[in-house]
Amino acid sequence: MKKQCYGNPPPGVKLENLRGALIVIEGADSSGRSTQIAELSEWLEQKGYAVARSGLTRSILVGSDLDKAKEGNVLSPRTMSLFYATDFYDQLENSIIPALRAGYIVLADRYIYTLIARDSIRGGNPGWLDSLYSQALMPNAVFFLMTSTRNLMERTLSTHYRLDYWESGMDLGLSRDWYESFILYQRRLRTEFKKLQQRYGFEMINANRSVSAIQKELRARVDIVLERVYQRA
Amino acid sequence: MDAIPGKLIAVEGLDGSGKSTQIHLLHQWLRGLGCKVFFSEWNSSEMVKGATRKGKKKQLLTPTTFSLIHATDFADRYERQILPMLKGGYIVLCDRYMFTAFARDGVRGCDPAWLRELYGFVRKPDITYYFRLPLETALGRILEGRPQLKFFEAGMDIGLSADIFESFRLFQGKVKEHYDRLADEYGFTVVDATLRIPEQQAVVRRIFQERIDLARFRQRVQQ
Repeated sequence: MKKQCYGNPPPGVKLENLRGALIVIEGADSSGRSTQIAELSEWLEQKGYAVARSGLTRSILVGSDLDKAKEGNVLSPRTMSLFYATDFYDQLENSIIPALRAGYIVLADRYIYTLIARDSIRGGNPGWLDSLYSQALMPNAVFFLMTSTRNLMERTLSTHYRLDYWESGMDLGLSRDWYESFILYQRRLRTEFKKLQQRYGFEMINANRSVSAIQKELRARVDIVLERVYQRA
Repeated sequence: MDAIPGKLIAVEGLDGSGKSTQIHLLHQWLRGLGCKVFFSEWNSSEMVKGATRKGKKKQLLTPTTFSLIHATDFADRYERQILPMLKGGYIVLCDRYMFTAFARDGVRGCDPAWLRELYGFVRKPDITYYFRLPLETALGRILEGRPQLKFFEAGMDIGLSADIFESFRLFQGKVKEHYDRLADEYGFTVVDATLRIPEQQAVVRRIFQERIDLARFRQRVQQ
């Protein structure tokens, strides 16, 4: 099964012999993504699969500059979105694709969908965003951890004892009250993700459950992906 | 969208075409006339300079990330400076504009449609001066005056030749082909860059005056 990009692949990138599997876990902050990925990763390695991980703002090229830019809050939404795109493609070309070529399972902690959703809310043009990310590789599966806004809020507060500026959408001026802004912003994100789900076909996972219940469902679904990808070997 | 009172002027051309000299002289002239004028250079935004430098030094860039990092830089400058200055009624002079990306990234294999969409948020200039000259003349000026070529500048990343000078020649030749096509597509104002400097400048100023009502940009109070 040859891998494909949504549009043309990045120049110079060959899609032949990408033997691994790209599995994306999407969901809001505090939806439990990193815990689930850590457990999946360990489980897969126990089974004998090599695992590589990727996530946003982790590129060698601009990862640290992006983190700095987020602190300063001085870049326009479009600049931020191009900065994120640079970070994304650096990782796609320099780590995700090489890992897939080597036959790894790549577990991606978020992917282009989060980037598109965040930007759409900030007035990004949908056609522009689709084109920007058209060179992205189509994952073998995308699992979206759906959590109610109430649960997100509870988990965020009990873990960090504070709300994050960006995750509360404070840059949007929805409300001067952080608590209220968080709720309004997360609701908007849900609406965006629902639109994206129809376009890109995520598998929705109910994440309003215990860690182990979610993990169990994820493993069952990942097993199906592995059968498809690795059966020919 | 509300009308924008400013005017946007861009210069494009090969390395060694003399475009930076010409836009500098244009800038000086407009300042001398007391016009509201602002000058902006390609690849100069503070926020993304660090990343660009890192990527270039370590040769980490692919055609896509090379293109995106320049687009990031440009967007920052465009939204923070160029567009506000235009809305504030300034003449904005740009030493290189999105066409530089279309030409260079096009040579690197980026999809032309993708590139045009990437820069889809950007205003087209009111005048784009294209300083055209034969490839050999441009190469002669560069290779004579500044023999230390940089890796990406010479297009070494796309493997045209292992020899940096040969790679530079081939790369510039391809960039010129792209520019010549863009000149038709976007209606560039072509200036013969083999003329002597003051002759070129006279052409540049004459065209400028024909197309732009200078009186509108005079400041009431001289700075």
